[in-house]
Amino acid sequence: MSERYFPDTMPPPMADGTSLPWWKAAAEHRLVVQECGACQVTRLPPSPVCPDCRSDQFGWREVSGEGEVYTFTRVHRPLGAGQAIPFIIAVIALDGSGGLRMISNVVEIEADAVAIGMRVELVWEDMSPDLAIPRFRPATN
Amino acid sequence: MSPARAHIVGVGESAYARWGKIGEVSEHALACQAIQRAVADAGLSMDDVDGLASFAEDRNEAVFLAAELGLPALRFGNMVWMPGGGGGCAAVSNAAMAVETGQAEVVVVYRSLCQGQFYRFGSGGVSTDAPADPPVPSLQQANSLLMASMGFAMPYGLLMAAAAYALPTRRHMHLYGTTSEQLGLLAVTFREHASRNPRAVMGGRPLTLEDHQASPMIADPHRLFDCCLESDGACAVVVTTEERARDLAKRPVEILGSEQGAPRGYAFGPFTNANIPDALYATGGGEEMAGRLWAKTGLSPGDVDVAQLYDHFTGCVLMQLEDYGFCQRGEAGAFIESGALAWKGGSLPTNTHGGSLSEAYIHGLNHVVEGVRSLRGESTSPVENAEVCLVTSAACVPSSAVLLGRK
Repeated sequence: MSERYFPDTMPPPMADGTSLPWWKAAAEHRLVVQECGACQVTRLPPSPVCPDCRSDQFGWREVSGEGEVYTFTRVHRPLGAGQAIPFIIAVIALDGSGGLRMISNVVEIEADAVAIGMRVELVWEDMSPDLAIPRFRPATN
Repeated sequence: MSPARAHIVGVGESAYARWGKIGEVSEHALACQAIQRAVADAGLSMDDVDGLASFAEDRNEAVFLAAELGLPALRFGNMVWMPGGGGGCAAVSNAAMAVETGQAEVVVVYRSLCQGQFYRFGSGGVSTDAPADPPVPSLQQANSLLMASMGFAMPYGLLMAAAAYALPTRRHMHLYGTTSEQLGLLAVTFREHASRNPRAVMGGRPLTLEDHQASPMIADPHRLFDCCLESDGACAVVVTTEERARDLAKRPVEILGSEQGAPRGYAFGPFTNANIPDALYATGGGEEMAGRLWAKTGLSPGDVDVAQLYDHFTGCVLMQLEDYGFCQRGEAGAFIESGALAWKGGSLPTNTHGGSLSEAYIHGLNHVVEGVRSLRGESTSPVENAEVCLVTSAACVPSSAVLLGRK
């Protein structure tokens, strides 16, 4: 099991058939984006049809998990028992993803140190043997 | 010849109270009270009403209210299919379409909100008490497309609207140098307007910029006083045809135009969608819609005498000012500092009732009520000779707007 950043009482993710493959990849510690099988434009969250060319063919592209902070907020309200505050919610622009971003957290950082444009890297948090959540920490290289 | 336009002929509301203070009266009973008061204000009877419309996943379904209120028949029952408060003006718009096309003749738009009787929005049903038997964290089945979308927000602790809309507001500050003090001035201005409004929950509680700056941080840059109230209450407006509007109790207000929706790829907005196009991210998402509204009415931002802008959070008001063209992109902070939104001496008196920040949070339908009062000359912060009022419903989610005109 990985290092833990958030308590078990954090709300769990919910998935349907379209988003389930993304969460299954996450459980294997693979951060993926959906890629259109016809025009190769990428998208997140997963959806059934490419909004650009309307093809329903798609695959999954694994990304490195390197990226930068696009925007963020420091939440000062507790969420779930045992939650330390403030914690940081951020939108991360993902390298090599075709210009995609995702909502996540920045961890292993003093709350005051987070800034737009800062480089970050992926760190997986195993909430349980079956559930891994991708979070980000300041880039180490 | 332009088609006959629908009119708003009656407005009404229950008493407004703080969250959880209305516990004895059920939420749907409060809806009935607001609807009856709005119908009486119009000089109509419940026997005249043949349509009901609401929005924001209203728990109080029209079929039941129609039966409870003894409507002779329900010819039009409508719910706007957009989550959150973005559907308020859209519900007015749908009511207008119903009466303009003959689907119904008198449609009441209503919203009732007593969240204390249910669960607290933004908590996700999560308690801060330690559970006796904590569940093993695991992937859950999403029971709707919205919840599948929330699956990309909730595991990161993104449940509160205050945190969700902090994200585009923070980006706006980064791009344009917008400050917390500029956001605070909005809250102070709307509170001043509420000081004359006996309906306002915060009417007797003056607010200074120092109070705002000293208020607790919720999700930065949003402090406590950047966030709207959580209220119990209900309100309603009555929409009917131009012909029917001519001989009723009050001066009718014309619906000059309305728009609803979202730009390409917007989905639920920044709450769950990190991939809103870069040019749209630090906006309220309403610029295209605003352009259509100006084009269809032949009006421009300079024609607006008074505005009632949806104020769930101060940052969202700021971005709407740019979306609707009252100032250039990135300049709303300076526009607010100029005093433009103030009832006293402002070029665009805004939220003359105090808004959701200071009157009550009824998912913004109280902004439509105030829009009507401001054109009738009934506002407690009256704008002399006001002829055109812009009312908006939300920003940073799919949203809607109406332009109202004095007859």
